[in-house]
Amino acid sequence: MTDALKRPPKKDPQKRTNSPTLPPYARSRKAIAFTLAAAEGRFALQVCAECEHVTYPAREVCPKCWSMELEWRDIPDGGKLISETTLRTSVNSYFRERMPWRIGTIQLDAGPTVLAHIHGDVGEFERVRMIARTDKSGQGVMLALPEKETPNMADDRQLRALTCNPKYRRALVTDGRTELGQRMVKALADAGATRIFVGIAEKWRPYEGSEALEAIPGVEIMPLDITDTISVNELAAEMGDKADILINTAEYVRPGSVMQRHGVTLARDEMETNYFGLMRLIQAFGPGMKARGADGDNSACAWVNLLSVYSLSNWPVYGTTSASQAAALSLSQCLRGEFAGSGVKVINVLFGPLEESWRQPLPPPKVTPQRLADTVIHALTQGIENVTLGPVAEDVVRRYKEDPFVLERELTQINQGM
Amino acid sequence: MVTAPASVPYERYSPEPAHWWLARVLSDLGKQSGLGADDVDGLCVSSFTLFPDTAAGLTQHFGLTPRWLDHVPTGGASGVITLRRAARAVQSGDASVVACISGDTNHVDSFRAMLTTFSRFSQDASYPYGSGGPNGSFSLMTSRYMDAYGVKREDFGKLCVAQRDNALKYPHAMMKKPLTLDEYMSARLIADPIVLYDCVMPCAGAEAYLVMREEDARAQNLPYAHILSTVERHNSYPDDPVQIRGGWALDKDEFWSMAGISPGDVDLLQTYDDYPVISAMQMEDLGFCEKGSVSEFIQSNTFTYDGTFPHNTSGGQLSVGQAGAAGGFLGLVEAIRQLTGGAEQNAVPDAQYAAVSGFGIINFDRGLCSGAAILGRT
Amino acid sequence: MNETNALQALAGALTSGSIVTVDLTHTLDPDFPVIVLPPEFGQCARFRVEEVSRYDERGPAWYWRNFTCSEHTGTHFDAPIHWISGKDLPDAAVDSIPADAFVRPVCVIDCSQESADDEDFLLTPEFIVAWEQTHGVIPEGSWVLMRTDWSKRSGAEYLNMRDDGAHTPGPTGDAVKLLVEERKIIGFGTETVGTDAGQATHLSPPYPAHYLLHGAGKYGLQCLANLDELPPTGAILVCPPLKIKNGSGSPLRVLALVDRSAA
Repeated sequence: MTDALKRPPKKDPQKRTNSPTLPPYARSRKAIAFTLAAAEGRFALQVCAECEHVTYPAREVCPKCWSMELEWRDIPDGGKLISETTLRTSVNSYFRERMPWRIGTIQLDAGPTVLAHIHGDVGEFERVRMIARTDKSGQGVMLALPEKETPNMADDRQLRALTCNPKYRRALVTDGRTELGQRMVKALADAGATRIFVGIAEKWRPYEGSEALEAIPGVEIMPLDITDTISVNELAAEMGDKADILINTAEYVRPGSVMQRHGVTLARDEMETNYFGLMRLIQAFGPGMKARGADGDNSACAWVNLLSVYSLSNWPVYGTTSASQAAALSLSQCLRGEFAGSGVKVINVLFGPLEESWRQPLPPPKVTPQRLADTVIHALTQGIENVTLGPVAEDVVRRYKEDPFVLERELTQINQGM
Repeated sequence: MVTAPASVPYERYSPEPAHWWLARVLSDLGKQSGLGADDVDGLCVSSFTLFPDTAAGLTQHFGLTPRWLDHVPTGGASGVITLRRAARAVQSGDASVVACISGDTNHVDSFRAMLTTFSRFSQDASYPYGSGGPNGSFSLMTSRYMDAYGVKREDFGKLCVAQRDNALKYPHAMMKKPLTLDEYMSARLIADPIVLYDCVMPCAGAEAYLVMREEDARAQNLPYAHILSTVERHNSYPDDPVQIRGGWALDKDEFWSMAGISPGDVDLLQTYDDYPVISAMQMEDLGFCEKGSVSEFIQSNTFTYDGTFPHNTSGGQLSVGQAGAAGGFLGLVEAIRQLTGGAEQNAVPDAQYAAVSGFGIINFDRGLCSGAAILGRT
Repeated sequence: MNETNALQALAGALTSGSIVTVDLTHTLDPDFPVIVLPPEFGQCARFRVEEVSRYDERGPAWYWRNFTCSEHTGTHFDAPIHWISGKDLPDAAVDSIPADAFVRPVCVIDCSQESADDEDFLLTPEFIVAWEQTHGVIPEGSWVLMRTDWSKRSGAEYLNMRDDGAHTPGPTGDAVKLLVEERKIIGFGTETVGTDAGQATHLSPPYPAHYLLHGAGKYGLQCLANLDELPPTGAILVCPPLKIKNGSGSPLRVLALVDRSAA
């Protein structure tokens, strides 16, 4: 059974921080679809639309019927370990540093046999539950888990390498003034984060929930206003080397389309928080996190952006906010590119209308701040990079995947609330 | 019909490109046969590290004007498959003298680079899982094979030890230190259950031979061997969850009937041996013993050049080294040597028939290409 | 003494140090509080600064920055045009206000003890009249500053926000009327974030300082500091705002010339 992870010791100031090394990242274009599914936490393989044959590795054509219609579909995640080995040498530096490394052949219930990483609690010839996740190189891989939950299961080193588990890690929550920020902090504490730095802007303004926030174990209130470059840089100088997880809870949301805006002052405020704020955070905290992607059990592991689902396609009712969120989404994609090779994941949570004051008039279904906080913890513990939360967001993402241009038409037609 | 076995002494690492190794073996082939660029009208090449060139570019490089050209990408099966292609070309009159050359270089770090880009399936579905290269795939096959057929590590050890004994008599072998079964059994694990002595050492080297009509060989005063039978097969048994049999099992009846002899008539066997599990599989699937009985077969035979079942008489890749695609030629070139009086200290006495088999291209979880040939002394 | 002689005397007093210059200005700092309005209204921009270059690839030998802020960020000047009551007055924007308004005598009414005792302290006509009994009637054309020592507060204590809004001292409507209509002052200044009290929305008229001062073409100064270093009368205030076209106000450096013997 997996040994419980021990709290990492304080850093030895005389020891060099390991540079991140990577598992192999090269993939064919077809296999990128597997990586996408892994980033979404789905276990999907190609299925032939004509003969239903499930095929692996990724192909261009069905090897049974030569149909070109291979679709990536979620498939049953059950299987059986039929052969295994423990690698003790590797030509790749990432694995070489982590030897011995157990891998095995899994006969999937869905048909194909696959090569996979194996959780330490999986016994010889046992049944397994498969997951697909992105690895430190950002590409999709498979891991065979024990069929049933085991003690300390999340602490398995192969699983932990694919996830961003907050246990024994230190997190920065950029805005603790809101209910969302406060629920996020509490959820992190419950998930085992050892220190939670909480950004509070404009301490000269009181805020609701401050006493309860300060009472959460491990919380350290820090001055942080992401619209202020100096403030962001000062905080990064103070604790940037301890940001294992960064969760950007700051957002600026106001209803209104472009013509309802009357000038650009509000729109500029939206950009200052949603776009430039994110940029300031990336410039101040990004390089340090990127360098600490392999810094032991509490390595830097995740950057979490919370974005309105209308960052994908503009909803004119919140038109200029949507635009600033779109800018933030684009920046998060750039960040994903910049973090590639660092082992730090960029987790984007796209959510539907949140139960908070600036979206108060919107009809249900809405997402509560608690639900959003819980979802972030789930994404971290599971290592999922792309998350869609709430019925509205799920609906928008589904339409977006079907055809982003049709979605644009749907969101901008008459009677869309304008 | 097949003649002039040439082997360039291997080097662990070489700064030279594959072109140098292929050129060197061609040069040796010329010296050995007395034939030159004007005589050779067919060229067949096998190499992994020749990029950006192929056989076509080499014709100009080597001053050849062949009327038949082929480039065989089947790795460990390339010796047999090259032979098959060249013999058909000569038989049908498309060429008179075909130079079959293979070789690869091994720069420091080039093995890692080759694994990284070996094939799309290995890149997508195997290399990301520990980057063990063929070690990982073969350990999973070995583990499954041992479980399925009751094969023991001692069985593999016996093959490895015998090959090392053979290598001690073969001048070009890289491994010159004797190996005992005890050493094998207590060797360092590489990927369970595979140990250090189950693995080949990547190196640089080249192997070659000529294919021509019998009368042309005689006119040139070249000792030669006959080709009695060849088969090849690719992606056999794709639905086996783990590879525990190869394409030979599909083709063995045709193989023996074409040769007109039976397994018992064979005096020496050259298997493709990047891991001993695959040698054992070839012994079964080519019919030298029943499927599932290879443990007993190994324990009841001896495998040195002077043993009851001479096998990989030069030491095989396990002891000579694996020079990329030339590893697929090693056994064939050794078999020609044995049948044409070229073998020296490790000569199999009175060898009449040699079986050669090949196995190559670990594309994802298994080897795709298999082939086999029977050669006979004239 | 003719005018030339007066300036010569001033020059001599400045260089000899018998007249000292007191800085009444807070540092422009991103974290300095600004007025907080209900969130559905437009908000006062905070002071922000971004480097353009700092002896680096963006400019190898020079350091400079862009800053952004509101016309009402930090220690700042309010022009009549700032309020709806002054919107149609002539010369009511910072660029058109006659420059002589920026250098004037100043009276300082000390309400520091009262403000310490009552954070919602309101300056009344009676308090002003009582002050005049000691210090003389406020001269026409003067600036009047309300000293509360509020500038010594920091953090949340400064705005002193509660669920029902800010709690800071300021003048009553009648006090402003007295200053504007009878004393004919040129402007009124405070140490708090506005010229009005924190709860001034509940006064009549709401925000009387803003409404009445600006409606009468008078000026405002707020977020002043160091008023405790000024004498009740006799000092000269220097407060020129930036010459922003049609500007409603401006951050500025506010100075006072003080006879050292009076300070």
